[in-house]
Amino acid sequence: MARREQRIEHLLRRAGFGGSPDEVAELSELGYHAALDLLVFFDQTPDDADQRIGTPGHAGVTTRTQFLPDLSITDARQRWLFRLVHTRRPLQEKMALFWHHHFATAYSKIADIYGGAVATRMLGASAGYNLPTGSPRGQIEVFRDKALGNFYDLLVSMARDPAMLVWLDGRLNVRGTPQENFAREVMELFTMGIRPSDSAPNNFTEDDVKAAARVFTGWNLAVGARGTNNANDPTLAYSYLYRADRHDTTSKTFSFDIYPGGGRTIAASGEQEGLDFLLACCRHPATGPRLVRKLYAFFVSELQPAPQAFVDRVSRTFYDSNFDMQRVLLQLFLSPEFQDDSAYFARYAWPVEFVVKAIKETGWAGFSVDGALSPLLAMGQQLFEPPDVNGWDTGPGWFSTGGMLARMNFAATLTGNQRFNLREAARPSKASPQSVLSFALERLSPSPFENAPYDELLAYLRAGTSWTGSDAELLAKTAGVTHLVLASPQYQFV
Amino acid sequence: MTPNRRQFVKGGVAAFTVSFAAPAFLSDIARAQGATARNLVVLYLNGGNDALSMVVPYTNSGYYERRPTIAIPAGNVLQIGTDASGTGVGLHPRLTGLKQIFDEGRLAVIQRSGYPNSSRSHFLGTDIWSTADPSNPSGPGWLGRYLELMPQPLDPLTAWNTVRETPRTLHSRFVGVPAIPDPRTYAFSSPNGGAEATYSRQAATRIASHIPVDRPHLSFVAGTAQAAFQTLDRVASVAQYQPTVAYPNNGLGSALRAVAGSIVRGIGTKVFWVQTGGFDTHASQNPNQDTGAYYRLMATLNDSLLAFYQDMRNQALLQDTLVLQFSEFGRRVYENGSNGTDHGAGSTMMLLGGAIQGGLFGTAPDLRNTPGNPTLESSNGDIRYQTDFRSVYARVLDQWLGTSSTTVLGGDFRSPGLTFL
Repeated sequence: MARREQRIEHLLRRAGFGGSPDEVAELSELGYHAALDLLVFFDQTPDDADQRIGTPGHAGVTTRTQFLPDLSITDARQRWLFRLVHTRRPLQEKMALFWHHHFATAYSKIADIYGGAVATRMLGASAGYNLPTGSPRGQIEVFRDKALGNFYDLLVSMARDPAMLVWLDGRLNVRGTPQENFAREVMELFTMGIRPSDSAPNNFTEDDVKAAARVFTGWNLAVGARGTNNANDPTLAYSYLYRADRHDTTSKTFSFDIYPGGGRTIAASGEQEGLDFLLACCRHPATGPRLVRKLYAFFVSELQPAPQAFVDRVSRTFYDSNFDMQRVLLQLFLSPEFQDDSAYFARYAWPVEFVVKAIKETGWAGFSVDGALSPLLAMGQQLFEPPDVNGWDTGPGWFSTGGMLARMNFAATLTGNQRFNLREAARPSKASPQSVLSFALERLSPSPFENAPYDELLAYLRAGTSWTGSDAELLAKTAGVTHLVLASPQYQFV
Repeated sequence: MTPNRRQFVKGGVAAFTVSFAAPAFLSDIARAQGATARNLVVLYLNGGNDALSMVVPYTNSGYYERRPTIAIPAGNVLQIGTDASGTGVGLHPRLTGLKQIFDEGRLAVIQRSGYPNSSRSHFLGTDIWSTADPSNPSGPGWLGRYLELMPQPLDPLTAWNTVRETPRTLHSRFVGVPAIPDPRTYAFSSPNGGAEATYSRQAATRIASHIPVDRPHLSFVAGTAQAAFQTLDRVASVAQYQPTVAYPNNGLGSALRAVAGSIVRGIGTKVFWVQTGGFDTHASQNPNQDTGAYYRLMATLNDSLLAFYQDMRNQALLQDTLVLQFSEFGRRVYENGSNGTDHGAGSTMMLLGGAIQGGLFGTAPDLRNTPGNPTLESSNGDIRYQTDFRSVYARVLDQWLGTSSTTVLGGDFRSPGLTFL
């Protein structure tokens, strides 16, 4: 199938993880606006990916005893990768990944304190997998649920999220001896940022950090369910608890407005203080632009900073809609900046995007997503394990020599695994090296190859053989050339 | 931070790629470029090290007053002497290997190192220590600028980063630094075997060698792939290295093992980056129990550095080896309610190696909450710096790397009292 619907493919790479040939064909029939509608208003599409795990026609998962994505972090990672490959709601998963990067929370610290089962549950528990009574959903489920929801709601959910309460020590933040970890990062990383550029003044002060820490005293953690009372207890779960007796009731004043009209001292009391403060963080004039710049880099282009007009326009929507991310995203995907062909392939592929797109385009019959977990670690992106609360170092930051080799080597593993499927798919194109190359470049969707690297691919197909199209030749060369395309610099963009 | 970094790399892309020209005889070129076999290993303690638990002012009563739960008892510290302020100073009890190196005169401890108006942010703080430029912390790193001053094109293995992300310290406008977390997995594989695998590597190498001039982002990735191919075989030789001692089985131990292999094989690397994390101890710091978080951090630090030190000594290469340790900030003077410490200011740097004239440099803070205490700041909550960290960098640049610190640092930070080199 020829890949001619460039705008649809661009949309699928950005609002999703690329399309299999069938998916591209299906959305192309609908046209851009209907396709966008389907992606953004994903509630109309069934969320049935979990039910398809372990069924024929899909990538596999590797189970050790049972598949337990609520108890084993390896299975939680497999479940997410499977969903990324097979979801019918790609934008929901894409935004879940964005929020995972934005509210970056790592499994290992939680597991150090509460053990692997509880930590996995805090990050990955879902209604579909034996959620214990009294247990809140895992953090990733909140990201899915609020993927295109209200940013203020999401921020409040994160301030009360068990995994976050452990990760940034909010569980220990009490009156008299406050804990600054969450208070600092909620301003520095989750909302307004330190400052827009090196020459600009700071958005908040050290005194603001100390005051914010006091605002969140008492936002702690409680055992929500408990059975046999040990770390492997399948019913043990923790949930958020506001403890009024641990809350610092003295007054808190900030260097920025807490209320419209200029009030800088928190006027509410108790738990409401935190809600007022988080709302002020959302309303802060630096939060919208900072979030929009991040969304621009994630969805539109990394080759230039977001144009100021774009930042102004989309920030206005952010504020005017009371932080409605669906409105923000819709405006982004309808913008000329997004649709212009200069934005095609203007984004460095994240390791997860590279892996998922490679699987979707190469094929998956007989391939287990488990086979991608170690390679992803070597590429620098282990799901549920961002390097720190600032998330991953994206863009060119992904492309170290070691990371690039890891991508090439995953491509070798995948194409080796898929070589028989690839040969069958290539059989109608077996006439010549050129036709096999056309097959590979249409099946995959790299950014354009210029003449010189194109000729290298052709030279590889011709190397060591005078082309006959025999089964053995087709088996080796189709896998080989598919590997080279996936391993090429050209393929590392979406 | 991130957006600035992106812009910065973009601006540097075109020049970056041309510097990856492959010389035919790499070791000869390396020898021609580097006057000596001297190397520098930068060790970053990620998260903001609580230096007061690493180098303890155990005769200062304020230390015990303000850290009632997490202070290390005076009787447990490994005493390393009395500093110029008359404060008795001791290493964390788990740092027995560093104590041994100190006693051999090969460990320098720089107390109260930092800079004015210290950032309490991990990310801004790291950028400032990495660029040595508080006014432009989104720019190239201080060692990136050093690499830029070397004769170009540089051999791609002149620097070696042992973590996956290139740290800002090694960011340059036009020199790329390979990331090699583990030499044993730094290899190229193919879906086919035999001759097909050879054709694959040849083709992939040639595809990476076509650097398009008008697609800088593609050039950047192609340049990275090209550097990977140029370094594969020499790194494979490092993977064969058999150390003379056992390294601990953790990230820092593995990284230092690889560094040792690279130095012993003499593949031309002058600058190494290693790091170890977990120092953001807001809670349950627990430095006194062997299962405690900070105690385990010290175990990792001690055992890895001691193994590296002994391996280098056994290989008769200690004289050419210098380790420089830093962290993005020190932590708060007083403990918080979670038996941890929040982000603070001044910290402690350490240097070790065969050429180091060891000892205690600078003075410990007086941690008592007394009015007008000159060694503290922010209402006596944080440590006020005494030695500018750039003075330490300056000494290393001038006396060890043999370059001009005033050029690299863009100012004169030389401090005659820092006689560790």
